[in-house]
Amino acid sequence: MKGKPFTHLEKLEKSGQASLLPERIKISVGFASCGLAAGAQTVLDAFIKGIKKRKMDVQVQKAGCNGMCHQEPLVDVWIPGKVRLTYGKVTHDEVQAILAAIKLDTIPEGALLQTSLDPSADEPCCENVPDSKSHAFYCKQHRVALRNCGIIDPENIDEYVALGGYEGLATALSEKTSMQVINEVKKAGLRGRGGGGFSTGLKWKTCRKARGKQKYIICNADEGDPGAYMDRSILEGDPHAVIEGMLIAGYAVGASQGVIYVRDEYPLAIQRLEIAIEKARENGIIGDSVLKSDFSFDIRISRGAGAFVCGEETALIQSVEGECGEPQQRPPYPAVQGLYGCPTIINNVETLANVPALVKNGAKLFSAVGTETSKGTKVFSLVGKVNNVGLVEVPMGISLREIIFDIGGGIPGDKAFKAVQTGGPSGGCIPESLIDMPVDYDKLAETGSIMGSGGLIVMDEKTCMVDVALYFLRFLEDESCGKCTPCRVGVRRMREILEDICEGRGTIKDLALLEKLAGTIKDSALCGLGRTAPNPVLSTLKYFKDEYLAHIKDKKCPAGVCRELVKYSIDKKACIGCGACLKACPSAAVSGEKKKAHKINLKKCIKCGACSEICPVGAVLT
Amino acid sequence: MKLPRKNKVKQIVQKHKEEKGTLITLLQDIQSEFGYLPKEVLSHASEELEIPLSKIFAVASFYHSFSLDPQGKNTVSVCTGTACHVKNADNLTQSVSRELGIEAGEGTSADGEFTLKKVRCLGCCSMAPVVKINDDIHGGMTQVKTGNLLQQYRKDNK
Repeated sequence: MKGKPFTHLEKLEKSGQASLLPERIKISVGFASCGLAAGAQTVLDAFIKGIKKRKMDVQVQKAGCNGMCHQEPLVDVWIPGKVRLTYGKVTHDEVQAILAAIKLDTIPEGALLQTSLDPSADEPCCENVPDSKSHAFYCKQHRVALRNCGIIDPENIDEYVALGGYEGLATALSEKTSMQVINEVKKAGLRGRGGGGFSTGLKWKTCRKARGKQKYIICNADEGDPGAYMDRSILEGDPHAVIEGMLIAGYAVGASQGVIYVRDEYPLAIQRLEIAIEKARENGIIGDSVLKSDFSFDIRISRGAGAFVCGEETALIQSVEGECGEPQQRPPYPAVQGLYGCPTIINNVETLANVPALVKNGAKLFSAVGTETSKGTKVFSLVGKVNNVGLVEVPMGISLREIIFDIGGGIPGDKAFKAVQTGGPSGGCIPESLIDMPVDYDKLAETGSIMGSGGLIVMDEKTCMVDVALYFLRFLEDESCGKCTPCRVGVRRMREILEDICEGRGTIKDLALLEKLAGTIKDSALCGLGRTAPNPVLSTLKYFKDEYLAHIKDKKCPAGVCRELVKYSIDKKACIGCGACLKACPSAAVSGEKKKAHKINLKKCIKCGACSEICPVGAVLT
Repeated sequence: MKLPRKNKVKQIVQKHKEEKGTLITLLQDIQSEFGYLPKEVLSHASEELEIPLSKIFAVASFYHSFSLDPQGKNTVSVCTGTACHVKNADNLTQSVSRELGIEAGEGTSADGEFTLKKVRCLGCCSMAPVVKINDDIHGGMTQVKTGNLLQQYRKDNK
């Protein structure tokens, strides 16, 4: 290492190494929101209690999420000099088994998912258990933004430094001018990961050139797209990566103030960020003279208050200033005139998490993966009707099929794949005929959808595409700020038409009217929210018109979702007469003797779906 | 306004003046203290800070996380994110509203025990459908499971 900024990090690095790879066995429990929802606290408590009872010398700590959300609660067992073993769906009994095996100096098997080889170990310790390079969930992944998630303790800055953290910042401060940093980011081809896909380097350059006494860096952590949670996971699992990204951005454009605008729905992310900011300040990484250089930068958190439109950058600025989050006319763009009228950079969490790795390793390595126009990797939240639900980071250009079927393990319960929704409420639904195309910003746009922030919601034959379009319109109508008429009135009118269709009052003329309205809104709404609001309707109309026609002409919902159009019944042959539906039915509409086929009285049925949810053999039909 | 309440409001307003916070942070502080935004507290803050009450109301009603009505002892939030939606969150919300006797699908039960909210994506899409009760997130919910859980909260409250 060389230069003043580096020597400052050396001490942190040493203690980080000791805590990351201690000389005794270490157990880390995945402690992100998804892990907590699955019972991580109980698992952690059980480990602490079990270790105390057995008088063992084992270190226990919290970590973020490694992306295998379908296996939560997740536990890693680190054996010094050997391997890191990852266990999934860990129960209280599993905890006891793991501890008992460790005590006997053996490898606990049970729910072992994969092993990660320590570079110093000679060979894998367990047969039949894949290592992280050959594991189906991981082998096609390439982790840059998620590089530390699930590995380090997010509340320990030393561990971040031990894995090369703040080295990108130190490199920038000691070896590069601000313009060189911007050129590096431009050369790497990094594009905004929050939705727009605008060139990050170009944005920074505009802001650097803009005049202003004060400049600001805002981290947009208002992750509003329903179904996308990579930003939450990065903030909860590796908050320093985002802070370092902001510092580098600040140095590049000449800003000394940073604001992280976080969703109110993410209390754990806020808590981890607060700790990270405090630790960084204590260690001279933020504040005056960052890493003893001439550069000063401070960061504060601004908590959102629940408004989807605040993900739009001009609305976000209004909200940081304490006003109603109404979008403003652009230009002027925030890079020239933003927060409090000063030049402001607004970058998304994932974009900023990419920056330290990019600066540390260089543009060449960053852009070695990806496609011609979309460089690097993208994190997707793979959710919905898919087996391996989780966060995956893949090189741009991989196909949707590989993500859904190879990494995601396909559709549960032998159901047929129908579509994948990308880009949140501004995106669209992509049918099976198109899922072999390579995924990047431009290819997704060609299908009528967008990359957006990276939510991939997988839908199967039991998902109604008209209902999905209605869902997004309801969402957007509720979230429209009401400032411009096309969005305020147009989206509402589209929602009313779709409601008619879903409830059996639709006519064939409605489809043309929907398309006409969509065109008008696209052309005339003030901000991105309004201009993209028709996308979910247009893309479902384009690829799933037959479903619209079934609702309108036959008054039927082929997927059996739209309440007004479905009738529940029980398949006599499949029913095993277990009585679960009878017990679950809130309106006493189910009757039947034990071990004999049950029946639904349609006069009493309120179509709540409780029977269908609980039936162990899928005998309830709609 | 009763004296202890008045003092609390004074403290919040004072802190706000010193730290030069925004209107949103003021409202967040008031809500975390009182559980909602009581009208009398807002009036008082409006006078102290010389911000028109109409402006405070505009901000308070713009953002979803603010409530102008008193909240129940427990808050049940059903996630309405896309991943939850395709896993029947709609039916789940209706079942909770039946269970709690909250007809409109959102609001507070007559006995003041529960407030039901439909919320935006909680970011726990992998556990869909998700229900949050107070600060605890419960994943993989069904109507029956949620019903049992609410019964448990009812019992614990007594």
